[in-house]
Amino acid sequence: MSVEAREKRQPWILLSPALGAVTLLLLVPLIFIVVYSFWLRSAVGPDIQGFHPDNWQRALTDPFYRYILLNTLKIAAITTFFCAILGYPAAYFITRSSGNKMLLLLLLMLPFWISYIIRTMSWINILGSSGALNTFLLSIGVISSPIQMLYNEATVILGLVHFLLPFMVLNIYVSLDGIDTNLEGAATSLGATRWQAFLQVTLPLSLPGLAAGGLLCFVLGAGTYITPLVLGGPRDAMFANLVFEAIITQLNWPMGSALSLLLLLVLGALVAVYNRFLGMSQLTKGLG
Amino acid sequence: MSSVQLKNIVKRFGAFTAVEKTSLTIPDGAFTTLLGPSGCGKTTTLRMIAGLLDPTEGEIVIGGKRVNDVPIHKRNLGLVFQNYALFPHKSVAENVAFGLRYRNVSRADIARRVQDALDLVQLPDVGARYPKALSGGQQQRIALARAIVIEPDVLLLDEPLSALDANLREDMRVELKRIQARIGVTTVFVTHDQSEALAMSDEIVVMSDGRVEQVGAPEDVYNTPASEFVARFLGASNILGGQCVSHGADGAVLEVPVFGQVAVPAAKSPHLTGPGPAKLVIRAEKLLLRAAAPIDGTLTAPAIVEAVDYQGQSVRYFVRAGDETFQAINMIDGRPFAQGAQVHLALRPQDCAALPG
Repeated sequence: MSVEAREKRQPWILLSPALGAVTLLLLVPLIFIVVYSFWLRSAVGPDIQGFHPDNWQRALTDPFYRYILLNTLKIAAITTFFCAILGYPAAYFITRSSGNKMLLLLLLMLPFWISYIIRTMSWINILGSSGALNTFLLSIGVISSPIQMLYNEATVILGLVHFLLPFMVLNIYVSLDGIDTNLEGAATSLGATRWQAFLQVTLPLSLPGLAAGGLLCFVLGAGTYITPLVLGGPRDAMFANLVFEAIITQLNWPMGSALSLLLLLVLGALVAVYNRFLGMSQLTKGLG
Repeated sequence: MSSVQLKNIVKRFGAFTAVEKTSLTIPDGAFTTLLGPSGCGKTTTLRMIAGLLDPTEGEIVIGGKRVNDVPIHKRNLGLVFQNYALFPHKSVAENVAFGLRYRNVSRADIARRVQDALDLVQLPDVGARYPKALSGGQQQRIALARAIVIEPDVLLLDEPLSALDANLREDMRVELKRIQARIGVTTVFVTHDQSEALAMSDEIVVMSDGRVEQVGAPEDVYNTPASEFVARFLGASNILGGQCVSHGADGAVLEVPVFGQVAVPAAKSPHLTGPGPAKLVIRAEKLLLRAAAPIDGTLTAPAIVEAVDYQGQSVRYFVRAGDETFQAINMIDGRPFAQGAQVHLALRPQDCAALPG
């Protein structure tokens, strides 16, 4: 074999395990789901095979589904907003701290060592009717009976922010860390106050990281089902809960498939828009 | 235009003292270089003048006004960094205009002054481009334009040439000096490169370990080093330990190995106070190698060439005489001496300098 042919083959040989895994574990099941979404569940017996757009029609026109979808996007957006507001100062602080940067980053990663479900459930011990906060307020006499703080939209957002904040901080950190600190020095030496220098130089240069973190938080937030399950009330279901409901509770796999694909398409469209304006390279940079 | 005065400046980072009690006056309109090896405190000193760092102790006075409590954005200084620090998301014109936007300059005046600054650095047509599209040398010129367009009281340059390659560095050296002379701004230049310092400065401040070792005109610092550190840092020197046997108004006589008694003129031994231990500083280019012993009253000693470092127009020899090894840089006259050759060293006593031991 010629050297050229061998060199040409080499990347494919190296990529083949990953490509094989992606094809087998992601692409093939996805095709199954696409096929499933056009089947129909029958009241008794096996699902009816064939090409039936009924599930899609329902998913796209049912006002309940639309309401949940919009609510999901709203909750994800609010979560992303709070992650950005809370994450930016933290990332800025870590970037500018001199000696203990590694320790701070380690502390940031620490929550990942504990299961996401346990972290979510920890809020029950804090906000529950016999949780830490209520017990404290009762003991100092501010309230006479426990307040119902759990199981509403606010606690869902709280849980999501708790879960997603490290992703936001890491993305902004990577972006900020790549900015030459002399740039702010140059800006202030030219007459800008520190705040003006931040707005004129540091903030615009860190926007890609903010956008990457935002996209990640939004997509992960919009796709979650554990947080609303654990911390939300009956009215706070998010779209992934509908998928869970359809597939696990109602055993309606075709409908569940259509719903999950709908969420995938909506979030995929968002990623595509992001990619169009900011480029995917920023996201991979933030993850790496 | 303003002079800069440092009064008993100290800068400590935790337990580490970066700058020890330092007092310094940088004259109005002069090109002053802070020269020293890395870690000597020169950049820390510059950053304190700029306001990027606060001195732990002492006062900084610019143009007769104490500026310790004046924040950086109100000091009106031009700052040029080693890595240029151009704003990558702004065009060249926006970069240069940045400082003017905080100075109540009308839009038309901004455009005119930006163009004037770009003309001054000889890059009149790059305003619409982005920094990334420029070469390193061009970026450095833009950084300079951005710093001088605001008509700063003091121009501070932090190793501005060290990121450039050798040829470009020499061009920019001339260019920088031309621009500084043209606008006449008080300039503080930080470098570890002695040839840059010697070529560009009106005055050199040699620093080491957070201390000022010597302040003087380039030729004074070079020819009459105030300490062994300065002698070794600037150019190549041979230093012989010995004794000062007599000291008077017309100079000092040192007794050193190899050469015996050497009479150093008073101008070359200003730091010597009286008889006692002393050091003789012999510049490598003042130590000449001869095939035959010179007879014209210069100092001489037989020596053997140990190594030859041929450099084209000149050659650097390492020679052994007695127990001492000397470095000699000679212009080439015919063929260089070969390794192992028996030669005679020739040295004029007035070319030597003396330091207290």
